[in-house]
Amino acid sequence: MRAFIPAYQLISPSKLNEVLDLLSRPNDSWKPFAGGTDLMVLLEAGKLPHKNYVNIWNLKELRGIEVTHDQVILGALTTYTEVQNHPVLQAEFPMLCEAARETGGIAIQNRGTLGGNIVNASPAADSPPALLAYDAELELISKAGERRIPYARFHRGYKQMDIRADELLRAIRLPRLTGGLTHYYRKVGTRKAQAISKTCFAATGKIDHDQVSHLRIALGSVAPIPLRCFETEAALLNQPLNNDSTEAAASTFAKEISPIDDIRSSRDYRLQVSINLLRDFLDRLAAS
Amino acid sequence: MISFALRRDIVRTHQVLAEKIKINCTVNSEPRTLQAFPMERLLDVLREQLSLTGTKEGCGEGECGACTVIIDGQIVNSCLVPMAQVQGCDIKTIEGIAPSETQLHAVQQAFIEHGGAQCGICTPGMIIAAVNLLEKYPNPTEAEIRHGLAGNLCRCTGYMKIFESVVRAVEG
Repeated sequence: MRAFIPAYQLISPSKLNEVLDLLSRPNDSWKPFAGGTDLMVLLEAGKLPHKNYVNIWNLKELRGIEVTHDQVILGALTTYTEVQNHPVLQAEFPMLCEAARETGGIAIQNRGTLGGNIVNASPAADSPPALLAYDAELELISKAGERRIPYARFHRGYKQMDIRADELLRAIRLPRLTGGLTHYYRKVGTRKAQAISKTCFAATGKIDHDQVSHLRIALGSVAPIPLRCFETEAALLNQPLNNDSTEAAASTFAKEISPIDDIRSSRDYRLQVSINLLRDFLDRLAAS
Repeated sequence: MISFALRRDIVRTHQVLAEKIKINCTVNSEPRTLQAFPMERLLDVLREQLSLTGTKEGCGEGECGACTVIIDGQIVNSCLVPMAQVQGCDIKTIEGIAPSETQLHAVQQAFIEHGGAQCGICTPGMIIAAVNLLEKYPNPTEAEIRHGLAGNLCRCTGYMKIFESVVRAVEG
């Protein structure tokens, strides 16, 4: 059933301070509203119980991509279109550009934001695996100040995150340490465009002196959260890549992910395809 | 006798109702001042207040692209844009695509000549997406055309005719 629209507040303060003031009111009375590509869907379906929103779409403090000597700092309102068009991201963080290109169609990419994708916390989102593989760090702000946390520690459980109601995600920081890495990103959906992932695999790796010297493996749609596979990484780090180490890693990996049956795919399919993608990535890494 | 709980609920309900806000924007090059609830969908205001019914509602959840319009030079799904976010924006709908009363846009003409429209529900969105693509890439590759139309679904599945219409529009 459609929502009763007059029951919804969407106020548009022009200053960041005013937004943070509203978010700090008691009882979580106000929540941020960015590109709307998820919240408007819930609204139309009559599944948006919270009524009071603060429009952050025009906050310039949350916009823009800043490049420093050691980081790329993406404002939380950076859209997928802006991600795809940025030359430094194309050169150094290609998986993020690919994730942005494969999220929705162009109309969604013009409106959907990277920050929104993170705090919406869908396990099926396509950019979180790339952000995890690139060691992203989140910058959260509130009236109390600023705090930074590794993105790998942000998602705690299904839609559970390390963010307080009075905090706003201001930016995503990417360390510029991707030189010499093998990047591997694969989204598997039903259709080439506009699909929601059955599984989504992002990884970076490096081989030095015949041993794995750097490894990040992250997936979407195979766990209650966007999952960084720490155990699988540990099984391969400082090991040579061969049949034995690959088999051991695949078996650890199969236990570390926990795909489920749902409307988009089955547990068995997701498990098998995810393992295939791990093997394909390791083959490519070995050949690098 | 109204119970205390019911009275409390009525008071609460009335407290949370939003008021209509004034929105200044431009629609098809015409400055407009609109009154709307802040969370009202741009799609509904275009169709119901401005009678611009060329913009269609398909899925209502950002999947099908039938409600595509151009805001500040970028295509968006108007079913996903609340009115509070179009303050000061330049909006273009299918009604504003033709250069004059007597002349259609090259993409519109190509859709007519090459059978790009069947039932018609997806057509305005397809044309908007194609027009916006050609504004950004005047000579798109086939892959760019496919990518440019990928966010628009056609339930008649007339995709090849739509694709060919855009190719013909590019060729002139």
